[in-house]
Amino acid sequence: MTTAEKELDVISASAAPEGLWTLAWRQLRRNRVAMICLFILCVYTGTWIYAEGVYWTAKIRGSVPDYKISHYEIRNEAPSLAHPLGTNFAGRDNFNQLIQGTRIAFEIGLLTSLIVIPLGFALGALAGYFGGKLDGAIVYLYSVVASVPDILLIMSITYVTRAAVERSPAMQTVTRYIDSGLLAICVGMGFTGWVGLCRIIRGEYLKHRERQYVLAARALGANHGAIMFRHIMPNVSHLVIINFSLRFPGLILTEVVLSYLGIGIANEPSWGTIINDAKQRLWLGNWWELAGATVAIFFLVLALNLFGDALRDALDPKLRIAEAKTG
Amino acid sequence: MAAYIIRRLLSVVPITIGVMLITFFVFRVVGGNPAYRIAGKNATPARIAQISHERGYDKPLFVNFHEFPRYVFEAQFPRLAWNLVRFDFGQSIVTKERVGTMLRQGVGPSLCVTTPLFVIELVLGVGLALLAAYYRNTWIDRGLVLLSVMGMSISTLVYIMLAQYWLASVWRLFPVWGFESARYLILPVMVGVIAGVGGELRFYRTVMLDEMYQEYVRTARAKGASSRTILFRHVLRNALIPILTNVIIAIPFLYTGALLLENFFGIPGLGRLTVMALFNFDDDVVFATTFIGSILFVLFNALTDIAYTWADPRIRLK
Repeated sequence: MTTAEKELDVISASAAPEGLWTLAWRQLRRNRVAMICLFILCVYTGTWIYAEGVYWTAKIRGSVPDYKISHYEIRNEAPSLAHPLGTNFAGRDNFNQLIQGTRIAFEIGLLTSLIVIPLGFALGALAGYFGGKLDGAIVYLYSVVASVPDILLIMSITYVTRAAVERSPAMQTVTRYIDSGLLAICVGMGFTGWVGLCRIIRGEYLKHRERQYVLAARALGANHGAIMFRHIMPNVSHLVIINFSLRFPGLILTEVVLSYLGIGIANEPSWGTIINDAKQRLWLGNWWELAGATVAIFFLVLALNLFGDALRDALDPKLRIAEAKTG
Repeated sequence: MAAYIIRRLLSVVPITIGVMLITFFVFRVVGGNPAYRIAGKNATPARIAQISHERGYDKPLFVNFHEFPRYVFEAQFPRLAWNLVRFDFGQSIVTKERVGTMLRQGVGPSLCVTTPLFVIELVLGVGLALLAAYYRNTWIDRGLVLLSVMGMSISTLVYIMLAQYWLASVWRLFPVWGFESARYLILPVMVGVIAGVGGELRFYRTVMLDEMYQEYVRTARAKGASSRTILFRHVLRNALIPILTNVIIAIPFLYTGALLLENFFGIPGLGRLTVMALFNFDDDVVFATTFIGSILFVLFNALTDIAYTWADPRIRLK
């Protein structure tokens, strides 16, 4: 038997047809680059969980976490065994700072997605499914948002939100746990980032609402909510994951820029603030601080970019072309 | 055709109104009274009231019913919209200059950086993409793609710092900071190209490879056309449409300026103006750059659609 016949045999022998996810996973498993990237992502995720542990332990105990304690007697030290990446201007361990930076990066990805995914998905689904005037209104809304240059809108929203959050007494309970700059960045990127997802989801709902299974569901008496969320949603939900993995690297790089410009994170060691600090030390010949932050960002963004591409190819190969054409 | 162009240009109007509303919403509604940002953290209520009154922030947001019906439009949004339509952007809080004047002064330096950056990036991007498409699935193609993804994974900030430190400070090849002669532009343009060309290459390559697998390519190959002819005469021409979109859409961003580059290399353009305004809570300036940037974007978007009809005879617009 040839391998092709064997494969055919396996397929026909299996009881149930394989789902999208099983097939995608099998394709990813064969892709060595994707597997290496997945491993890197797992390492970063582990780091993130550890950093959250450190952060929340200190919060609950009401103590100052290690990474925030200054040791002025050992400031700006070169790498050593005790401090593999040296120490920064306040004598804090650079490696520790980078670990906390990983936490900030992941928190930004998550919090932003908490805005982007519900907003983009709900609006996209409503527009695509119902069409007509509602569709017109939603398309108008996202055309307007897409018309403002991205970085300007993000900066404006972030800067305005941060000032508003810091002034408001009601927000003080929130900012005790989440940095006000972090919150503002997520609001800024969240309320600009939903457009891409909304477009994709709208297009899919437009297609799916004409399909026969939707007609069948309607004939059986399913209401609009059930059709939209129970029947169509499972068929388009993979797009949310693809969108997330392709959007995440952009979020990380934007955070770096915003924090660097001073409108982002203020009181936590994010990758942007670390690079900002490292800049001054670079002129003293102290390169390891910058190198550490660059490498930390590089591997996460690279792994996300490559894995996102592989994931998209595995789940929905048509999407690459559609994305390229619409930009 | 003329009817289409007119209609497409008219459709700019509702989007423009939307953009005004959204920027207004961000700056005056979400952000609350701008007087708080202007006066700083430790301002007295009297000072805030004074600034609010001077700059009209104490008026109602959309419609004024206090002295109905005479001063209905004596409210913040109608005022602002009316001023914007007349291209009156108000006065900077910091420099006391007219915002319009500041913008005019910033356009030149911004274009000096972004125009060469744009042209070089386009030529390099399309050129390398053709190379990758020609040698697709060989080590040249894979190497180019890998390099561009790697290049995209490094923060632009790092490129800027390394260039300033090594090329300008240690090796003294270029001036570090300022805007005096053409020599001052080399470094920012170079950094911009290195940071941006990866994304361009990946985009153009995807576009071209998509065309590569179309049926007309198979036909061309069947009739015996060489791969070079196919690439340059058939594929490149068809890929022109997405390339054109990408190019025209990028033009408004020439105006907005390379935000980071201008800040780091001390180029007194619009990007620097915007960031300085953000630091100084100079609302009117930020508002003006955001607004003009959007209007240009909308206009050029309309232009892209019109350009389609020129680039692709298959597209017939009604």
